[in-house]
Amino acid sequence: SIPPYLFPVIKTCKKMGIQTVAVHSDVDSSAVHVKMADEAVCVGSAPTSKSYLNMDAIMDAIRVTGAQAVHPGYGFLSENKEFAKRLAAEGVAFIGPDTHAIQAMGDKIESKLIAKAAKVNTIPGFDGVVKTAEEAVKIAQEIGYPVMIKASAGGGGKGMRIAWNDEETREGFRFSSQEAASSFGDDRLLIEKYIDNPRHIEIQVLADKHGNALWLNERECSIQRRNQKVVEEAPSTFLDPVTRRAMGEQAVQLAKAVQYSSAGTVEFLVDSKKNFYFLEMNTRLQVEHPITECITGLDLVEQMIRVAKGYQLQHTQDDIPINGWAIECRVYAEDPYKSFGLPSIGRLSQYQEPLDLDKVRVDSGIQEGSDISIYYDPMISKLITYGATRAEALGRMEDALDNYVIRGVTHNIPLLREIITHPRFVSGHISTNFLPEVYPDGFKGHQLEADAKRELLASAAVLYITAELRSQFVLFRVASTPVECSHWELCVELGEERQDVEISKSGTVYTVEMDGAKVEVWGALNLASPLLPLTINGTQRMLQCLSRDAAGVIVLQYLGTLFKVRVLSKLAAELNSYMPEKVSEDTSSILRSPMPGTVVAVSVKPGDTVAEGQEICVIEAMKMQNSLTAVKQAKVKSVHCKPGETVGEGDLLVELE
Amino acid sequence: KEEAISLVTRVKYGAVSATVPQTSLHRSCRWYSVSHLSVKERIDQKRQAALQGGGQQRIEAQHKRGKLTARERVQLLLDPESFVETDMFVEHRCADFGMEQDRNKFPGDSVVTGRGRINGRLVYVFSQRGNSILCDILFVLQDFTVFGGSLSGAHAQKICKIMDQAMTVGAPVIGLNDSGGARIQEGVESLAGYADIFLRNVMASGVIPQISLIMGPCAGGAVYSPALTDFTFMVKDTSYLFITGPDVVKSVTNEDVTQEELGGAKTHTTVSGVAHRAFENDIEALLNLREFFNFLPLSNQDPAPIRESHDSSDRLVPSLDSIVPLESTKAYDMLDIIHAIVDERDFFEIMPNYAKNIVVGFARMNGRTVGIVGNQPKVASGCLDINSSVKGARFVRFCDAFNIPIITFVDVPGFLPGTAQEYGGIIRHGAKLLFAFAEATVPKITIITRKAYGGAYDVMSSKHLRGDVNYAWPTAEVAVMGAKGAVQIIFRGKENQAEAEAEYVEKFANPFPAAVRGFVDDIIEPATTRKKICQDLEMLASKKQVNPWKKHANIPL
Repeated sequence: SIPPYLFPVIKTCKKMGIQTVAVHSDVDSSAVHVKMADEAVCVGSAPTSKSYLNMDAIMDAIRVTGAQAVHPGYGFLSENKEFAKRLAAEGVAFIGPDTHAIQAMGDKIESKLIAKAAKVNTIPGFDGVVKTAEEAVKIAQEIGYPVMIKASAGGGGKGMRIAWNDEETREGFRFSSQEAASSFGDDRLLIEKYIDNPRHIEIQVLADKHGNALWLNERECSIQRRNQKVVEEAPSTFLDPVTRRAMGEQAVQLAKAVQYSSAGTVEFLVDSKKNFYFLEMNTRLQVEHPITECITGLDLVEQMIRVAKGYQLQHTQDDIPINGWAIECRVYAEDPYKSFGLPSIGRLSQYQEPLDLDKVRVDSGIQEGSDISIYYDPMISKLITYGATRAEALGRMEDALDNYVIRGVTHNIPLLREIITHPRFVSGHISTNFLPEVYPDGFKGHQLEADAKRELLASAAVLYITAELRSQFVLFRVASTPVECSHWELCVELGEERQDVEISKSGTVYTVEMDGAKVEVWGALNLASPLLPLTINGTQRMLQCLSRDAAGVIVLQYLGTLFKVRVLSKLAAELNSYMPEKVSEDTSSILRSPMPGTVVAVSVKPGDTVAEGQEICVIEAMKMQNSLTAVKQAKVKSVHCKPGETVGEGDLLVELE
Repeated sequence: KEEAISLVTRVKYGAVSATVPQTSLHRSCRWYSVSHLSVKERIDQKRQAALQGGGQQRIEAQHKRGKLTARERVQLLLDPESFVETDMFVEHRCADFGMEQDRNKFPGDSVVTGRGRINGRLVYVFSQRGNSILCDILFVLQDFTVFGGSLSGAHAQKICKIMDQAMTVGAPVIGLNDSGGARIQEGVESLAGYADIFLRNVMASGVIPQISLIMGPCAGGAVYSPALTDFTFMVKDTSYLFITGPDVVKSVTNEDVTQEELGGAKTHTTVSGVAHRAFENDIEALLNLREFFNFLPLSNQDPAPIRESHDSSDRLVPSLDSIVPLESTKAYDMLDIIHAIVDERDFFEIMPNYAKNIVVGFARMNGRTVGIVGNQPKVASGCLDINSSVKGARFVRFCDAFNIPIITFVDVPGFLPGTAQEYGGIIRHGAKLLFAFAEATVPKITIITRKAYGGAYDVMSSKHLRGDVNYAWPTAEVAVMGAKGAVQIIFRGKENQAEAEAEYVEKFANPFPAAVRGFVDDIIEPATTRKKICQDLEMLASKKQVNPWKKHANIPL
């Protein structure tokens, strides 16, 4: 839902010979989509309400440039009926469905009624707007817990809360309505039965203005965190041809019921017995559309433009194949160690996409030097791999993630790589609860097996030696006595663990001995490169080096996760045990911002006594509201933030006694 | 006494025992020996005493304090097996207060001196034995409780000897300081010892690099030796530098202050600017010192060292094209530019926590050591003030003295106004930076990334101060001042200030006024900056420029 994702749209337009104009906010003036487009117009300042949601400015941009059609992208105004209406009034084509369909499907309550009428399976729930928290509790009790509270105008997980009891219902009501108001300018909420442990599977539909509609198979989007998709694949391992057809046909029925034209997505929840329920219809191109393109061979953007122009569909249902398997990982600028991903910001000091790999597609809107700001969703890119089989696509995804260089912001590649290699995911046994079920105590990074640990330590030692040897290559050295060395004794530390290693070098092969085991490492390392292609015991591995300092600390990315390894000479390691441990601050009495964002509310003042788990303040970042709570019962000593203030990650918010 | 004497010799780290065979010669010699030991035995015994320092117990006590012994420090600092010790047999000559007794004399006295190599390159080292047995003896003898006085005449003489040799062969001197001050028993001899060292520090200044690493207390007169050297590093929590300790401070000024607050690493790296960097502990400090040493030439006769580089010299840096924000009031981090341009993002920053509005430090371009100076827009808009001028000036002079090319990144809105600055002497201190850039004859490359306003433009290695290659980025604005201020002066009283401002911006807030006059050599795409600098440095490698003969210049101190 940020402008950078216009990348595939502009690419397709170029292919079709259509000239493009990009609109952007002032902070995005050097963004990729702006550079790619033939023309660019600035429509306002960074906050979305002043730029990408600023209809007047966008209408002006259309008039100034004489644009004939508008592709609204994936978020912002893409499902805004008002915008579509204004375009129609000016005679500008909207590359998307008609206002009528947007209106019908944009409202969750109305869409559910239409779906019911079109004989589409729907979830039991309350078909109306919930006005107060107390009313919400009453309805929730009628439907039976658990219930889902969501924004009527919403999408993408925003303004959505699950409640298991009355108290949570009240809290959820408050949060959802606030979030809905700030994200969509519409705080209407609705409540429905929450289907526990479901899969999220959606059907891509494509319809023209002549009453033809197709279903382009499904996308499995069950891997989610906080109701936002993380990993998607097409097809789903779960659907059999009968269910697929049933879902596809219902999706087409719904599209036809609203005279839908253009590409759209019908989302379903599927329970373990393959019962499926209509969730909502997205009247826009979904972020995850590339995987459907991979397996069907269709260019969805091209199809949308053709449909908008009034052409008939080129294909019939029988022409739509499932060829191979495609996986998409959403690469986010966020810290996966905090609730599977809290936003992080920063400047991409180094950025390299794994584009030299075969059958890998990266849709991104950023480049080296881009700023990831607090104003938009923290998505860096979508990484898509394709293969003849699922195993092939997954293998490729592993390589792609290992080759993806992102520096300057914390990102979720460690989590993505763990998901796609997890036995449960590999076997296809997933649901929307996958993450909390697999990592009940939160994500902790890759857990190293003994063999893998040896490989990691050996790689670090080899890197250390490469740098040490290079230090001897100095020109203009007077009276030098270069030390010809081919054997070293080092000590490598990882966390609390210390390991003595012996290394011998012959040619470009290092043999690292530790714990009675031998690890052979090949590879001429380039100390300037973030990527370290190594062959370890005959297996090719792509490690990344994030930092290397004089005190022997080397940070490596290995199997997706970052590991801080320390390599010291034996002497230094021995003496290091005498070095005092420096005490770090007691974190239970200070509350720091876990992410950059804006303070929405501060619920305490100095002198208050807070109970464990009591809300202290609320931080909004990337349009998500996060409640920060006390970890112990204590008296509030001082408050260092006030509502409306912008805070950085790690900033002190509140001190307890 | 027929049994063999077992000796322990610490050849390198790890003890190697050797048994000295008892020959008949040994035995027969003993008849004539004062100590009833043969000369050979006495040599071995003294060497053993020198190597062991205060003995195992004392080593353990030092370790308990989180500190290493003088010898362990030397071993960590230098390449394995490269240390060659001198003056192991020197003893103090004090004849008063019972000091003359044999049991109060220790071979090597309270300092370890010698030479060795760091990555194969020659260096002279002295390492003071803050834990030396002498300290404790002296505690007992003198009952002065603040510090074990440890600088004796002999101690100073040992240091002077290696400094003299370092000067004659042209190699740096590294001092590992851990000493309480003058040895009171020796009185004026100890003071003379200090002065001998000070004189050598001054004579060596600009001839060979001198580095001090403060690893324990360093108080009183002792502080002036590190102060005279080129770089002073400290170890956090275990090192202190002050002229007078907290007790004296209390009695004289009635201030309550702890050692840490008065002269700890934090104080000197953030407030006083006495120390250039601080490290977590002894080991990190010594390993970082090795890394730092790699940047330096051995003497003023050597060119800046060139290390093998894995980073290609023609690498483009596209991220720089968007780094300078469009609004000229918005900050960015100059370190981002520096990291992106230098080899392997490897930048050894000097004084990172002091006068942060200017960034200085060492890096490499295509393997060659360079000194980097940059205004930091993130802090105080990158303006020049007293502290940043002095910080920059000292760094520039070091680079010039040791043939290290200087690369300057300019984004400076001017000198900081205000009474604090004027009363503090910004005129005099600002002139130091101007002086340093102007007198420097090493290759000088300047890149104006954004603002270069007023006198500060002249100061920051401008073409007028003999800059060899001066570039402007397209975002550069070389002008007397910012548009708003200029308009208020030029168009005073004029109605339409906004229009006037726009006119001024159009005219001056761009690189053209400087470029048309040849004050910058070219306007370059930021992405090509690294490539250009590498090419220019190659061209400038043979630069020869000599200042007029003078006894020495008179920099405004």
